[in-house]
Amino acid sequence: MTSPKTYQFSFIILLIIAMSCFLVNLSLGSVSIPIQSIFTTLIGGELPNDTWRDIIITYRLPKALTAILVGSGLGVSGLLMQTLFRNPLAGPFVLGISSGASLGVALIIMGASLFGGLASFLIATKWSLVIAASLGSFLVLLAVMLVSVKVRDTMAILIIGLMFASLTAAVVSVLSYFASAEQLQQYIFWGFGSLGDLDWNELLVLASVCAIGILMSIFSIKSLNTFLLGENYAKSLGLNIQRSRMLIIIATSLLAGTITAFAGPIAFIGLAIPHMTRQIFNTSNHKLLIPAVMLFGVIVLLICDSIAQLPTSDYTLPINAITSIIGAPVVIWLLVKKRKMIF
Amino acid sequence: MSTKNTILKTTNLSIGYQSKKDRTTIATDINLELYAGELVGLIGANGIGKSTFLRTITNVQPKLDGQININHKALEDYSNLELAKVLSLVLTESVASKNLSVFELVALGRQPYTNWIGNLNSKDVEIISKALQQTNIEDLKHKKCFELSDGQLQKVMIARALAQDTDIIVLDEPTTHLDMYHKAYILKLLQTLAKDTQKTVLFSSHEIDLAIQLCDRLIVMTPNDVVTDTPCNLIEKGTFETLFPKDMITFDTTSGSFKVKK
Repeated sequence: MTSPKTYQFSFIILLIIAMSCFLVNLSLGSVSIPIQSIFTTLIGGELPNDTWRDIIITYRLPKALTAILVGSGLGVSGLLMQTLFRNPLAGPFVLGISSGASLGVALIIMGASLFGGLASFLIATKWSLVIAASLGSFLVLLAVMLVSVKVRDTMAILIIGLMFASLTAAVVSVLSYFASAEQLQQYIFWGFGSLGDLDWNELLVLASVCAIGILMSIFSIKSLNTFLLGENYAKSLGLNIQRSRMLIIIATSLLAGTITAFAGPIAFIGLAIPHMTRQIFNTSNHKLLIPAVMLFGVIVLLICDSIAQLPTSDYTLPINAITSIIGAPVVIWLLVKKRKMIF
Repeated sequence: MSTKNTILKTTNLSIGYQSKKDRTTIATDINLELYAGELVGLIGANGIGKSTFLRTITNVQPKLDGQININHKALEDYSNLELAKVLSLVLTESVASKNLSVFELVALGRQPYTNWIGNLNSKDVEIISKALQQTNIEDLKHKKCFELSDGQLQKVMIARALAQDTDIIVLDEPTTHLDMYHKAYILKLLQTLAKDTQKTVLFSSHEIDLAIQLCDRLIVMTPNDVVTDTPCNLIEKGTFETLFPKDMITFDTTSGSFKVKK
């Protein structure tokens, strides 16, 4: 609203940083591939080393693209929730999305013995986990939304989301208690999160859903800006509160739900990215914040993933741990520096 | 006084709360008309139903009975968006995000008129600049809301309502939290705005002596009825004496203010 031109420079810088991170991310790993060769591969040229080409096309490129989708998607859904709930501590998972996904996955992995034949047949296939996670987050979200139709207070919806999270966590605990060691291990590995498990088909599904979610967010920009005044003012400005709120919640659940289904629960990105973005873009205008948050999310997740790869070693750290290790101190630092979180 | 343009009219209006079983009536038979370009104060004791009245005529809560017309059209026939173009609000609650700049906040008043993404055209910017000018806050334009004092913030909220470009502006207790000077300043500003813009400005307040001095007319809510008249007529009629229980304070007709009983 006020002179958006002043941020053009920041956008260009961020874009350059994001592209460099993308290339660096592709070049780092157990085998270090020079950036020049990455360029050649990306534009379809010939490489001296065929293994490098294979590594890039089948492994690193899908992983980097997943990181881009996950970073931008979770960042935007965090921003939407913080504005909708007028709460700087809200993230994409406050509506119970990640707990719903965990429940779905826990039921598939650990509940198999309880359900017998059919479930055990499904175990360990990638798609069954994706479907279970999507179904789980969708069902929990549906429950939250059904309640939210009755409850008009947005804060109450937030608390209801948290209650559903506790409820599903309890069921997961019970399942874990009866699970075998291998089942428990498999569940814990899912909880680590992973960006590298997607093939090109899965990537296409993730990208399409993320695109729909982002598009819905863009159509919510005007109502998001109006929500900054609070719900009563928003209504007095002619906004259809129920419909706008529903659109924002659906966008968030599409983004966060699908990302969690494919990449596991990835902590702190949704919460921390919007706050980091506001350090540079000191505005509340979502027309600027949405693209800025997307770029920031991409950069942070690419960096986190590069670190998780432990370059030149054969080990890969869980991405969920890295995002928390980086995210938590950043949030603390912001609080100490600013003394309060603005949104 | 001859050609008064009626903006808002209530006929036999009853206000209160309706739940499934109970019906709590707060006031009945409210008949009044508000005209273009006048400043109207709404006064009454705590709990008499000032807020309920304001909430009812602004369509925040449903009426119990009777009729509310705005610009000769029934209130219930307005969509949210249509109503936003004829009626703007200044509420007692503070805005959710104090990180908005003054310009951004005032610009949000243009929401009912902007396109799907909320872009401002040159006419919008012109109206916003005028609203900033009319409320004397042009120099605050680029400040953030958390940097403002209560008095400044109230001016910003009034500017936002002006930018919404409506026939009526309704303010719920606009002078609370303000010192003596700013109470007078805000009400004086509202008086000027009503004159200059020919908008109807309706506000509720406990500043009865200031309201008597500045308002064109007053709506006085007493336990028995709702009276609307000019301040002078109301003093003559002795309406203010019925405003409060008589054990503590009395109304002094010569000074137009309340005095504590010795």
